[in-house]
Amino acid sequence: MSHLENLVLKIWRQNGPGDAGRFQSYRIDRISDEASFLEMLDVLNEKLIGEGLEAITFDHDCREGICGTCSLMIDGRAHGPQKGTATCQLHMRMFKSGDTIVVEPWRATAFPIIKDLMVDRSAFDRIIESGGFITASTGGAPEANLTPVPKPVADAAMDAAECIGCGACVAACPNGAANLFAAAKVSHLNLLPQGQAERWSRVQAMVESMDDYFGSCTNHGECEAACPKEISIDFIALMHSDYLKAKIKDRKLISQQ
Amino acid sequence: MAQAVQSRPPVTGSAVTPRKRRKFFLLDLYSTAVGKKYAMAISGIMLIGFVLAHMIGNLKMFLGAEDFNHYGEFLRELLVPILPRTVALWLMRFGLIAAVGVHIHAAYGLTILNHQARSVKYQGPRDYQVANFASRTMRWSGIIVFLFLFWHLADLTWGWWNAVGNDGTFVRGDVYGNVVRSFERVPVSVLYIVANIALGFHLFHGVWSLFQSMGWNNPRFKAWRRYIAVGIATMIVVGNVSFPLAVLAGIVGE
Repeated sequence: MSHLENLVLKIWRQNGPGDAGRFQSYRIDRISDEASFLEMLDVLNEKLIGEGLEAITFDHDCREGICGTCSLMIDGRAHGPQKGTATCQLHMRMFKSGDTIVVEPWRATAFPIIKDLMVDRSAFDRIIESGGFITASTGGAPEANLTPVPKPVADAAMDAAECIGCGACVAACPNGAANLFAAAKVSHLNLLPQGQAERWSRVQAMVESMDDYFGSCTNHGECEAACPKEISIDFIALMHSDYLKAKIKDRKLISQQ
Repeated sequence: MAQAVQSRPPVTGSAVTPRKRRKFFLLDLYSTAVGKKYAMAISGIMLIGFVLAHMIGNLKMFLGAEDFNHYGEFLRELLVPILPRTVALWLMRFGLIAAVGVHIHAAYGLTILNHQARSVKYQGPRDYQVANFASRTMRWSGIIVFLFLFWHLADLTWGWWNAVGNDGTFVRGDVYGNVVRSFERVPVSVLYIVANIALGFHLFHGVWSLFQSMGWNNPRFKAWRRYIAVGIATMIVVGNVSFPLAVLAGIVGE
C-alpha cells in the first residue's frame, strides 16, 4: 500500500442556491492510494470539522456504483478520469502525488445547486413520472417463461436498464441534454414485450417532458463517454426513431392514445 | 436552509401529461427538440444532395467551356416540354431556400434551448473525451458557410462582385468565363477554399449526426455511418477545392 502526497483540491463551495459560489483550495498532505475519491473527501471533511470549519457537502450513498447518488465533475470529466466508473468507485491511485484536482458540481439549469457539490436532480424524476406505469398484470408471480423474450433483446434491455440516473450524461453534454438518460429509460421498457402496450405514449411523454428542463442532443457522444454504466448512444437513436413513429402512428391509430 | 429549489408540478401518475390542444402534427413535432432535429436532418439531407449534385455538375468545367455552359443551359431547360423554361430550376431553388430556412430556424431554436439548459457554465476547464473539432464548431462552420453562400451568389449568380478587382465583366450565361474570371483573383480563390473546408467540417459531423437524429442505426450498417460522413465530406471538399486550384494552375482557363 502506497500513499499520495501533497494533493491540492480546488473544490467548489457554495453556501446555498442563491450564493454565487467560488473555488476554494484544500491541501491533502497524505492519503492512501486505496482510498476512494469520496473517502478522500471524508478525510478532508473530518479535518475541516476538527478545525471548526464547515464540511463540504456532496452526494453519496451506496458507494458501490449502483445507486447513482454520487456525482462530481473531477478535472472537467463527469465522475473523473476512469472510464465506466462512478465517483464512489474511483480510487486515488488514478491520481499522482502533487496533482491539483478541480472538483465541481454538475452544471445544468435543470440541476440547481443545493449546496457546495450537491445538486437537485429531481428533473429526472419528472421525466420518469411522465413515462407512467406499465399495464402488466399483477398478482402472483407469473411463470418465468410465460412471456418469451429473445436473449439478445433481453440483453439490450438490460444494457439500457443499467442506467442509475446519476446525471453524468447531462453534466458531460455540452448542451446539457438528457437524451441518454431518457433513451435508456425509454428503451429498457420499449424493447421488452411487457412494455409494448404503452410504448408509443411513453416515448412521446418522456421526450416531451425532457424539453421542459434539458437541452437538445447534437450527437457529440460525450454522454456515452461519461456514463459510469457505459450506456450506448445507440439507445438515443432508438428513442428518436420510436418518437417519430409515435408521432406518426398517433394520427393513424386513434385507439393508441 | 431552503431545500425546495425547484417548483414541481403535481405528481399525476398518469402516462401522458394532458397537453393543451394538439397542433397540426408536423408543427407539434417541430415544437419539440427531437422534432427540430428531424427537421435539421431532413433539410440537411436535401442540402447535402444539392451540394453533391452541384459539385458533380461543376466537374464539367474540366471538359471545357462548351460542355460547362451547355450544362448550365441544361439546368435552365430542365423538364422543358413539361414545364416552361427555368420553372423546374426555380422549383428546386425554392425547395433549397426552404431547406436553408428550416435548417437555420431549427438550429437557432435549439441553440437557445441549449444555452438555457446550462445557464451557468463550468467554472473549471472541461476535458472533452469524444466531442471533436467538427462537432464543437457546427454553429461557426454553419455561419461561415451561410455567409459564404451570399458571396457565392453575388459573385457567380447575380454577378455583383464578379467584375470587382478584375478586368472582365460578368456575362450572364457564360458560366465558364465567369468562373475563370472570378477564380483568377487569388483572394477570392482563398475565400472559396476556406469556406469549403468549413463546409467539409460541417458535413463530417452533420452527416454522421443525421443518422442518429433520424434514429437510423441498423446494426448491420451502423459502422458505415462514420465512413459515409468522411466520404461525403471528403468528396465535397476535394471536388470543390479543385475548381479554384485548377483555375489558378491554368488547367481551367480561357
